[in-house]
Amino acid sequence: MTNSRITVADRVARALPFEVRIQVRHPMETGYRADDMGKSIPRNVIRTLTCRYNGQPVFVAQMSPGIAANPFLRFFVVARASGELTFEWIDDAGVRESDRVAVTVA
Amino acid sequence: MRRFAFALLAVLAGGAGAQERALPLSTLRSGITFSSPDVGALQADDAINPAMLWVQRGRELWTAAAPGGSCASCHGDAATSMRGVAARYPAFDRSSGRVVDLEARINACRTQRQRTAAWPREADDLLALAAYVAIQSRGMPIAVTIDGPARASFDRGRSLFDARRGQMNLSCAQCHDANWGKRLLAETISQGHGNAFPAYRLEWQTVGSLQRRIRACYFGIRAEMPAPGARELTDLELFLAWRAQGLPMEAPGVRR
Repeated sequence: MTNSRITVADRVARALPFEVRIQVRHPMETGYRADDMGKSIPRNVIRTLTCRYNGQPVFVAQMSPGIAANPFLRFFVVARASGELTFEWIDDAGVRESDRVAVTVA
Repeated sequence: MRRFAFALLAVLAGGAGAQERALPLSTLRSGITFSSPDVGALQADDAINPAMLWVQRGRELWTAAAPGGSCASCHGDAATSMRGVAARYPAFDRSSGRVVDLEARINACRTQRQRTAAWPREADDLLALAAYVAIQSRGMPIAVTIDGPARASFDRGRSLFDARRGQMNLSCAQCHDANWGKRLLAETISQGHGNAFPAYRLEWQTVGSLQRRIRACYFGIRAEMPAPGARELTDLELFLAWRAQGLPMEAPGVRR
C-alpha cells in the first residue's frame, strides 16, 4: 500500500530549482496522549525523512512530535540530468517506508 | 387567481412526497463557505488535500484481490460505474431490507460478494474506499430517494433532527436550521450538510465518516452517542442528504 503522494512537474529545467512536494500518511502520535482507558499512547513520529537524487542526499527532515499528522513537505531541488528522486523515512516504531518518482530534465 | 391555481397544481403534483423544508433549497450553503480561506484552499487543491492520500489508497483497494473477486472485477472502472453513486446514498437496500449508507453498502459487498471480512466502522481502509467511490461523484448534486421503502427511515431521521436531547437539551435543528451563520464561541455555525464526507477533519487529523461527525455533534451537546453504524445515525444521514438536496458533492473535503 502506498502511503505517500509525491508531486513533481512532468518536466523540469536543467540546473534550475524545481519544486518537490511530498505528503506522507502517518499518525505522528505525540506520545502525550492517553487512550480511552487512560493508558498513555507511545510516541510514534517519523524521525527522519531522507530524499536522494540518483542516490545522493539532497534533502533531510528531522521531525518531532510538534508536527501534525500526515506531514506535508515542500522543498526545491536542482537537477542537471534526468534521474530518480527516492524518499525514505523511518518512524519510532521502526517502520521503514519509501517512495520514488522519476524526474525528466528538459 | 390563475397564479394560485398553478401553485396549487404544483403542490398537488408534488403529492405526498413533497416535504416542507425548514431550510429552503435556495439558501443552501456548503460547509466550506463557513470555513476560513486556508481550509478552503486545502480542499480546493488536490495536490495538497490530505484526504487524497485516502483516495489513492482506495484506488489500490478497488483492484485488490478478494476470494469473491475485487471491486473492479464486477464494477469495472470506478470512474464510470461509480459516477453519481455516492450522491444517491444513503439508499434502501433490498437484500437487507433497510436503508444503508455508503460505508454499509461497501461492507455488504465485501461480506456477500467478495466473501471476505467486513471492515469495522471508521477503519482506514473502509474510509479510503468510501472516499474513492465518493470522489467519482464530485460536483454532482446530492439526490437521494426518500419515497417508497426509504420513507420510514427518512421520517425517523427527520424527527431525530428535530428532537431535543442531551444535557444541553438541544436539537440539531436549533443550531443548523434556526441559527446557522451565527457565532458559537470562535465558530460559525454551519448548515450541517454532509456533502464533503468522508472528509479530512483537521481536528481529527485524519479522514472520518459523516457518522463520526454526527457523533461528534452528539458529544458536543452532551448527549449519549449512538454506536457507530447504529440505525439512528443512518436515519439522520438520509435526512441530512435530503436536506442538502442539490448541493454539489465535495467529498473528500476538508473541514476544520
